[in-house]
Amino acid sequence: MTPRKSVLVLGGSSDIGRTAARAFAKAGYDVALAGRDVAALKPDAADMRARYNVDVGVFKFDVLDTASFEGFAGGLPALPDVVISIVGLLGAQERAQSDLAHATTIMRSNYEGPSLILGLFAEKFLGRGNGTLVGVSSVAGDRGRASNYVYGSAKAGFSAFLSGLRARASRSGVHVVTVKPGFVRTKMTEGMKLIGPLTVEADVVGDAILKAVEKKTDVVYVSGKWRLVMLIIKTLPEAVFKKLRF
Amino acid sequence: MTLVSGWGRFPVVDSDVLRPRSFDAVGEAVAAASGSVARGNGRAYGDAGIGARRTIAMTGFDRVRSFDPATGYIRLEAGMLLSDLIDTFGPRGFLPFVVPGTRFVSVGGAIAADVHGKNHHCEGGFGRYVGSILLRTGQGETIEASRAENADAFFATIGGMGLTGVILEATIRLRPVETGWIRERVISAVDLDAAMRALDAGDSATYSVAWIDCAAAGGNLGRSLIYLGEHAGADEVAGGAERFPVGKDPGLAMPIDLPSMTLNRYSIRAFNELYYRMGARRAGGSHVVSLFPYFFPLDSIGGWNRIYGKRGFLQHQCVIPEQSARDVLGEILARVSKRGDASFLAVLKKLGYGDGILSFPLPGYTLALDFPLRGDILNFLDEIDRLVVAAGGRLYLAKDARQSRATFEAGYPALQRFNAIRKSLDPAGNIRSKLSQRLFDEV
Repeated sequence: MTPRKSVLVLGGSSDIGRTAARAFAKAGYDVALAGRDVAALKPDAADMRARYNVDVGVFKFDVLDTASFEGFAGGLPALPDVVISIVGLLGAQERAQSDLAHATTIMRSNYEGPSLILGLFAEKFLGRGNGTLVGVSSVAGDRGRASNYVYGSAKAGFSAFLSGLRARASRSGVHVVTVKPGFVRTKMTEGMKLIGPLTVEADVVGDAILKAVEKKTDVVYVSGKWRLVMLIIKTLPEAVFKKLRF
Repeated sequence: MTLVSGWGRFPVVDSDVLRPRSFDAVGEAVAAASGSVARGNGRAYGDAGIGARRTIAMTGFDRVRSFDPATGYIRLEAGMLLSDLIDTFGPRGFLPFVVPGTRFVSVGGAIAADVHGKNHHCEGGFGRYVGSILLRTGQGETIEASRAENADAFFATIGGMGLTGVILEATIRLRPVETGWIRERVISAVDLDAAMRALDAGDSATYSVAWIDCAAAGGNLGRSLIYLGEHAGADEVAGGAERFPVGKDPGLAMPIDLPSMTLNRYSIRAFNELYYRMGARRAGGSHVVSLFPYFFPLDSIGGWNRIYGKRGFLQHQCVIPEQSARDVLGEILARVSKRGDASFLAVLKKLGYGDGILSFPLPGYTLALDFPLRGDILNFLDEIDRLVVAAGGRLYLAKDARQSRATFEAGYPALQRFNAIRKSLDPAGNIRSKLSQRLFDEV
């Protein structure tokens, strides 16, 4: 019997993290859930064990504590087949405009931490000759908008990092997936005004990530409509775009 | 405030909808505002799942705590949907013992309404397979209730419409099955007598239900198709087919509200005629069908409630005790047929005893009818209710949006006992829904 495949989910207690982990568990993967609050991960671990009869472990991971990354990666019982980074912080744009500490936290949570940890696993995967890295970035990174450019610029950096890593790994057995979910109904977006037809439930993102890993897709817009929306937003001339306040 | 309604989209009322993330937060939500009730997937038709002031959305709590394949007992959070339960444990050879006509209901909702399925006549309702319930009461206690421990709270919570507190978790027993297929036998009945005889003859079948053509009149009054079913064994599944069929998400969705005139006496009569003829052609032999169309025929049309237009619709579901059932059902069907606007969802089924203090079922026949909300429908249904009450029957609270207090109190003689238990669990009256305001609470 071949050993089961395994997935590491960074940001496992987020809504998207939970549904992604469930989708992989359902497909027969063993799961490692990592997040800041290990106690909060345990009920989800029990859930996946009971549902799908797979092994699920929980691990402490803090995306801002970059010094701990080497130890974290080395402390896993085995190098996983798939690593998914779902960590991120929306933050508050207005506050970030004058509160440098808040802006720094947004930038580090969405760019620095996710890039460094996936970069670290990339080296291990390249050494082994296989593996899939998934970064959940954002459509907000496609073009900086007035209403969320601190978050958007960090996601843009993360998208660029993933794109470069994918190109570098393209001749190896390692694959890199960039996921741009668009509006998702989650804790993070609770209370935000989301546009109905452009909004998906978190479990749709989880399924899309599994599909992208299995099909080795490069860049996934979870809802195809977003690809079109962002194409339009990206093509607008700057002279027009800068007048928009959205 | 948000405008909230049930599946029938009537009434539409204001209530604060909260989505707590932890059981502690559920407790705070209950305590902070007098007048809250838990809501599952919103499939109660009327006002049962709407808080008097605050509605506590529970579908985020969908984790399985533990599962024992040796006994079939599963412990889960109450917001888990039966669809999820079936999709996850069906392929492992386990199904809920009882499923209602839609799989898109939460476990908590199924307990609170003590839902019944096509097997109620022989296997009882959802509550019969509940081992224990973790309940957050209105006075802020979290208690485990079972037949042995806090038994009053247990039997009041089964069928208690969420009024004993918020159901947080439950342990339920699942049915081991060899396959996800049902061996179905269709019988056509030319009138009500034949339909009731066929249901009586089907008492030994695990599943039985009749679809009634309620547009038929005169000598055809009550003509029906009776669907009997048994779980199919592994040897009955056609070669090449999966042991467990996949339950597809609703493919065909109703994207808009149809104009309310779409359903009129002519379109309904034509539909019923066609449906009866198609079904009658299949009558006789038995064949194997997927559990999904067998148990959940309407689930394949997403948002089918929108067929009735923006103003919504009413479902009237009564149960009539066995001895007077023939005459009363005949009278109801005659009136409905004369009126002409009852819809394609007319279902007749035999029930046994319920398990909860306020459970809907009692030994007899239940008839469910849909009506678009228009004209003098409210008066018409009040007249029907008089027939039901006179026969010692009652209405199903999970479907109800409009019955009077008098009808309710006449139909549920155990109400006083329920109220006493409810009061002991929640002396301040924190748990209140729009339904409880309408039918239970002191004014």
